Amino acid sequence: MKNFDYIRPTTIPDAIAAAAEPGSAYLAGGTNLLDLMKGGVTSPERIVDISRLAELNRIERLADGGLRLGALVRNADLAHDPEFARSYPAVAEALLSGASAQLRNAATVGGNLLQRTRCSYFYDTASACNKREPGAGCDALGGENRLHAVLGWSDACIATHPSDFCVPLVALDAVVEIEGKKGRRHVTLEEFHRLPGETPQRENGLEPGDLIVGVRLPAEAASFSANARYLKVRERTSYAFAVVSAAAALVVEGGKIRQARLALGGVAAKPWRARSAEAVLLGADADETSFVRAADAALADASPSGDNAFKIELARRIVVRALMSALAGTPGRLPALPASPFSSIPGVRHDA
Amino acid sequence: MTSLPLALTINGHRYELEVDPRVTLLDLLRERLELTGTKKGCDRGQCGACTVLVDGKRINSCLALAVSHDGAKVLTIEGVSHGEDLHPVQAAFIAHDGFQCGFCTPGQIMSTLGLIAEAQAGDDPERIREGMSGNLCRCAAYGGIVEAVLEAQEQLAKADRRTAA
Repeated sequence: MKNFDYIRPTTIPDAIAAAAEPGSAYLAGGTNLLDLMKGGVTSPERIVDISRLAELNRIERLADGGLRLGALVRNADLAHDPEFARSYPAVAEALLSGASAQLRNAATVGGNLLQRTRCSYFYDTASACNKREPGAGCDALGGENRLHAVLGWSDACIATHPSDFCVPLVALDAVVEIEGKKGRRHVTLEEFHRLPGETPQRENGLEPGDLIVGVRLPAEAASFSANARYLKVRERTSYAFAVVSAAAALVVEGGKIRQARLALGGVAAKPWRARSAEAVLLGADADETSFVRAADAALADASPSGDNAFKIELARRIVVRALMSALAGTPGRLPALPASPFSSIPGVRHDA
Repeated sequence: MTSLPLALTINGHRYELEVDPRVTLLDLLRERLELTGTKKGCDRGQCGACTVLVDGKRINSCLALAVSHDGAKVLTIEGVSHGEDLHPVQAAFIAHDGFQCGFCTPGQIMSTLGLIAEAQAGDDPERIREGMSGNLCRCAAYGGIVEAVLEAQEQLAKADRRTAA
């Protein structure tokens, strides 16, 4: 690991001033940053440790019925908060399907949004990667790419965003609170992450010094609590990133879909909100036929970026099954294997 | 890079140190304080061999900068037994063959202590397997590990009931 200056500010303005200097990086849980620094993938000259900013460590109910998650709330604390899990069950399920218990005790809300891709060419400093070194090329194209993107990719980058947490969050219209040199601003999570285009190194809308201080869930997000699930296919039963995942949330009245939310993980450089699928579902019968049409709409623009055409069909099936699971109802207690396709769901075909 | 002051309470002993900010909690324990019970497997947060409790919660000490935990209380495998008397979790790992080569065992035991304190898994073997999935065992002693966790949890609950009575 390269040398760096270590600063532990006690106020948000001090943190922003310190991190606005070139070569700075914020440190919170450190579960991704330290890994990247050990691998020489990133080498900050200054670490700004925000872990002592206690005001960022709170879950607050807002006057408008929404919820504000402080950027430093740990994944495990959030997922095991009984009121949070009751109101936003798909978010709790996504959190508990990610990483390991040790990592969830350290990883934070803000850090989860800023995770870097797990593309092995990004991690391997001997490989060409436009994200790590703009203009270098992309060795993932034509390489081992069966887990890479099928939506929103470009010839410059076919990496995916690894987060589980962000998938239900983007489905539920979460908003990112950012504080910077010019004050505080709100950006929807859907707009926060960027597609690669010609500049895959620009992964989000943060400017130098900008600090994620919290994530807001609007009041409406809790209205899906009776019918919201997260489903995630992994290459082993637990403790693995998604091959494909989906968050589905419904409001059903008299057999008709009154509201629908759908987002996909593991398929693109950002958590993928499937608005065209939501449009298909709105007002439709709440049944498998509608869900298949929605899945077709969600993947209509998908194309393989390499040896990964299977992910398109897999994603269709995961969408259908996630919607069937949501329709079956949020379980009273999360299954032993959160979000796992190996957990049986009453009324849902196991091979759907 | 200049060293920075760091105070930690490790296994009940207070340490006042000067450390390079690049030093992880794992390397501090092993290389500086000679607490080599905590193991370095992958050093990248993938294997769990380095699991310790920080302020009562299990974390991967390989992905923690020591300076960032200034003031914390750390429990490592060296602080688990009461002298020669094994902790019920240690005794249960022996009783149920919860290891073969033993390299991952300190991390497994620290993770078990964290899991029991979290009180999320109950006595469901599948929830215990899921809760312990951050600790790899390349000898694949997983069957024994789950049995050990179940028994240790039961022994600790019995001891709690005796204390309360």
